Amino acid sequence: MEFVWFIFLPALAALFIPTLFRRVAGIHTGWFVLIIPVVLFVYYSTYLPLTASGEHAVSSFDWIPSLGISFVSYLDGLSLLFTLLITGIGALVVLYSIFYLDRHKEKLGNFYVYLLLFMTAMLGVVQSDNVISLYLFWELTSISSFLLIGYWYTRDGSRFGALKSMMITVGGGLMMLGGFVILGILGDTYSIRELISRLSDYSGDPLFTLAAVLLLLGAFTKSAQFPFYIWLPDAMEAPTPVSAYLHSATMVKAGLYLVARFTPIFAESSVWIWLVSGIGLLTLMWGSFFAVKQTDLKGILAFSTVSQLGLIMSLLGAGAIAYHSDDTLFRLAMFAAIFHLVNHAVFKGSLFMIAGIVDHETGTRDIRKLGGLMSVMPISFTVAFIGGLSMAGIPPFGGFLSKELFLESMVALKHFELFNFDTWGILFPVIAWLASVFTFVYSFYFVFKTFTGEKKFDKLPLKPHEAPIGMLISPIILAVSVIALFFIPNVVGKWLVAPAVMAAQPQLYSLPSEAAVHVQAWHGFEYIPMWLTAGVIAIGALLFTSIKKWQPVYGLQPEKLSLNALYDSAMTFSEKGMNKLSRFYMNGLIRTYLLYMFAFFSVMTIVVLFAKGAFKLDMSSLSPITLFAVMNAIVAILGTGMVIMSKNRISAIIALGAVGYSVALFFVLFKAPDLALTQLVIETISVALFLLAFRHLPALKTHGETKQNKLVNGIIAIGVGLSVTLVALSAHSNKLVSSISQYYKDTVYTEAGGGNIVNVILVDYRGFDTLFEIAVLSIAGIAVLGMIKLRLSRKESDDEKE
Amino acid sequence: MKKNNVILQTTAKVTFFIISLFSIHIFFAGHFAPGGGFVGGLLTTGAIVLLLLAFDLETVQATLPFNFTIVIGIGLLLSLGTAAGAILFNVPFFTHAFAHFDLPLFGDTELHTAMIFDSGVYLVVVGAAITIIQSIGGDE
Repeated sequence: MEFVWFIFLPALAALFIPTLFRRVAGIHTGWFVLIIPVVLFVYYSTYLPLTASGEHAVSSFDWIPSLGISFVSYLDGLSLLFTLLITGIGALVVLYSIFYLDRHKEKLGNFYVYLLLFMTAMLGVVQSDNVISLYLFWELTSISSFLLIGYWYTRDGSRFGALKSMMITVGGGLMMLGGFVILGILGDTYSIRELISRLSDYSGDPLFTLAAVLLLLGAFTKSAQFPFYIWLPDAMEAPTPVSAYLHSATMVKAGLYLVARFTPIFAESSVWIWLVSGIGLLTLMWGSFFAVKQTDLKGILAFSTVSQLGLIMSLLGAGAIAYHSDDTLFRLAMFAAIFHLVNHAVFKGSLFMIAGIVDHETGTRDIRKLGGLMSVMPISFTVAFIGGLSMAGIPPFGGFLSKELFLESMVALKHFELFNFDTWGILFPVIAWLASVFTFVYSFYFVFKTFTGEKKFDKLPLKPHEAPIGMLISPIILAVSVIALFFIPNVVGKWLVAPAVMAAQPQLYSLPSEAAVHVQAWHGFEYIPMWLTAGVIAIGALLFTSIKKWQPVYGLQPEKLSLNALYDSAMTFSEKGMNKLSRFYMNGLIRTYLLYMFAFFSVMTIVVLFAKGAFKLDMSSLSPITLFAVMNAIVAILGTGMVIMSKNRISAIIALGAVGYSVALFFVLFKAPDLALTQLVIETISVALFLLAFRHLPALKTHGETKQNKLVNGIIAIGVGLSVTLVALSAHSNKLVSSISQYYKDTVYTEAGGGNIVNVILVDYRGFDTLFEIAVLSIAGIAVLGMIKLRLSRKESDDEKE
Repeated sequence: MKKNNVILQTTAKVTFFIISLFSIHIFFAGHFAPGGGFVGGLLTTGAIVLLLLAFDLETVQATLPFNFTIVIGIGLLLSLGTAAGAILFNVPFFTHAFAHFDLPLFGDTELHTAMIFDSGVYLVVVGAAITIIQSIGGDE
């Protein structure tokens, strides 16, 4: 069995969810959903020994072979790490959601369908080797995120947040597609592995840097980097399981995955290194600083996620330097990035779940109303304490280890002497340290403002109590993992982190064990990061205790100058601008639209005819003009003139009928009985239809047209007539290819079993045309019915109101 | 529009059948002589329109109690089904088949899947045209 299909397992399961939700009302739908991530987690875990030995597994399915697009399940260390995060955290989140979402009040059918769709999309992103299918899954994550954020769609905030995240991430995704296409053209393949192996063929191309920047735009929007992070705080309107899953553990890490995956390609580019490490660091600082401003528990976590993603991003940037420097410190950066990514997924997941529990049990997430919950929610407090301290980088929790590795890498950056790092490099450790101080402050702010201090239970919407045990299982598992990560970092390093590092820096190592860094908590007194951590704790504690004194600083930033205000005004501007633009030419009159079409048609036809030299008159093989034809033509012209001149609608209709009949007579003259017959009947029916609809038409009047308007109309009418005549004449005169009629004559009886070529063309030779025509005819018929019946029913309901 | 036009109504009653029969003839003649589903359908529509002009909408609806939107659906299904049916015989979409049979009364007759396709066309044309005419004509 090709294991590429396992990517689609969640989406397939999603098909059954609505039925299960409706039919099996007694059991929470989540229990059925839970099976999927658990099965996938167990299945994918079996690949761990394979990737730990530095191998990879590939399974593929050709999707559009002619374009070189296929679905590939490519499992190496990096993909497998993400796959296990997606399925593992996914299982815990589903378990948590079973207790979080009430099965009687919530539309669980929708929720789990979206969630499973997301799971497929995310697995696709991290396992795709083909960039086009990667893009497809990438946008699918944006769409499922949109649906999940907007899950409570009756709330304004949900809809706003959903739209905002969609606009920003899909916009970035489109940029990324551009980057992929450039890469695909440069490297002549859409496979990432082949792109890496052919790197030397195209890395000097001037478009290479552009591709890098476009790709980064996709990664930065998805991973909420500065200045695109603004969608993430608004995405917190989603149900908390979603925030824990998509907006901290998995989807927002897709950008990090992308950067890590493409590091072997773009590490050559100085732009890439500067952007990834610089923007990452800026985001780290910005996010951690503004996290303290937030009053919403999930808001704090959102900004902290932004900041932590920035941290990992900057480490990935530093890791890319390893391609230019032999210093092992930069190899360490990549290890630190992946290790912190695991740590972050674990502790942030638990913190989000605790925020959800607090919201669920007290009815509010506003940190100003909360306090003293420790006494009533001891288990939640313990979990929050562990997660929070891990986030702050304090031993004995997993976060401490990766934080020290991070500080060590940042200190190392100032030794790097390429791409101007020797002048600006000193900023990196300074900013990293400052950001760590604020990280410490917001971690304590989150944990201790909520669980300790003054008890204000009477102000809470609900009477607080400890959450049900089912809801606590997932956060407890995560909290235990946080502690485990501190004590067995090298086991995790060997099985998960080192293989992933090897995938991001394939040419540096031949075996994952070479990429493994021995992580230890104690390095001795000479170790600079330890002193930095001590400084963080000291200054951080000082800032936290005096938080009331300096928090008003945040009020200084005027609301108008924020990035959110920029986004809002850009949205309003584009909406209004588009409205203006379309009102400019869409005036609601069919006559005007017809004018555009006819004018465009005649101008294009005439220009193309002359530009391509297709205009040629050859009168030699035309049939002679008979007296009947002349008389018929006179009737047609007179009829047309009467249609235009008529002051009375009924005479115009009759005159139009006369034109139609004279055309039918032409068909008779030129021996086309099928056409003549059809034309006659159509003409009869349409005249009858006109007569039936006659009383609905407004009186014939000039619609206030000026002479100028009429002149324009006249010119366009003559232009259309002229171009059609020219096309007919030059088509007759230029026989570029031999006529197909001989083929019809030869095969009509032998192969099509018919005698009347016209009819055989309709039903057999060009049966597709007929099929589509009758489809269009049906649509038109139903549309007319709908238009008129709907109008009728509206009128009736209006009458009832009166 | 209730009008008592005796001459029109009397002739319409007779001509309706003549046109209908002629339309059926045209429809079946299609594959070898001028005609076919499209013209046949239009002629039938013409016959019904004649009734509509001579009598009124309600009378015609009572005489021909079909839901013409459903006729559209049946027609489309027939045509698409004929085209798609070819797939079941492992030949490309839209491959027609025909054979000669010796039928009682008719003698040697060619039976052609194109005929089924064409009857779909016929039904769609009648259905759509009458639907449009009924909705526009019946609009108050």
